[in-house]
Amino acid sequence: MIAIILNGEPRQVREGSIADLVASLGLDVKKVAVECNRAIVPRSTLADVALAEGDALEIVHFVGGGC
Amino acid sequence: MTDQWSVAGRSFTSRLIVGTGKYKDFEQNAAAVAASGAEIVTVAVRRVNVSDPGAPMLTDYIDPRKVTYLPNTAGCFNADDAIRTLRLAREAGGWDLVKLEVLGEAKTLYPNMRETLTATETLAKEGFLPMVYCVDDPIAAKQLEDAGAVAIMPLGAPIGSGLGIQNRVTIRLIVEGASVPVLVDAGVGTASDAAVAMELGCDGVLMNTAIAEAKDPVRMARAMKQAVEAGRDAYLAGRMGQRRYADPSSPLAGLI
Repeated sequence: MIAIILNGEPRQVREGSIADLVASLGLDVKKVAVECNRAIVPRSTLADVALAEGDALEIVHFVGGGC
Repeated sequence: MTDQWSVAGRSFTSRLIVGTGKYKDFEQNAAAVAASGAEIVTVAVRRVNVSDPGAPMLTDYIDPRKVTYLPNTAGCFNADDAIRTLRLAREAGGWDLVKLEVLGEAKTLYPNMRETLTATETLAKEGFLPMVYCVDDPIAAKQLEDAGAVAIMPLGAPIGSGLGIQNRVTIRLIVEGASVPVLVDAGVGTASDAAVAMELGCDGVLMNTAIAEAKDPVRMARAMKQAVEAGRDAYLAGRMGQRRYADPSSPLAGLI
């Protein structure tokens, strides 16, 4: 297990790719966007990027909002 | 002939853009969007709730393949946060037409124009097509257009205030000076406010609270659709001149 920051909260996760993490969280990869250490990780490369100790991830999606 | 408008090369028939915030639930939201006839909805970008990944999502109720999602940076108070949000939005949605909004303070939700201008420049350089929320200032509007804004979106009144168009003169000056679409963003409270915006020659109106906080949001959505259409028609028809005194509509000749 490694320690990362996920959406602002510390979390212990299994080693692996970002795609693995997204899947293990039960999220549909087609409906989210991921930023790792303030850089966008394109959806097409999520399976190629390995998580590293201390990574700060943001996983976002669209929610209702106005102006 | 259908009256269409286009922004950054995309054409739309409806001139009403609606927000997707503040609704009781997704069902009501979807019904209001349908009643409004809107082809574009604004959406926010937020962290997913990793502890409840099965929670219903907006995309389950409002299909992004049928309605254009316009990601919005509402809640961002500086250019960096807004740009970061829209980079994520582009990745999540796969499109580059976005709505930029950089706020100055929570109390008025007036835009911070310095940060807004900076963000517009950066976004345009990165290939985004930003529609930009701004003050109702014709000079600021010009500056945004020069910086790469694909639409100018001046406030009619503070966001969520429902006060209606406070300064018709400045909105009209912006319309006359702009070579990109102008849409009133924020301040509409009821149908007549939307009609006023359209009568001033705006290309469209964006609203959220006026519909979401109506006692019957679906009915208000329909009213807004009709008001936008009526205002647009009145603008195209060309209104009569205004006089200070009466002018009878019936002939004076032949009076008994």
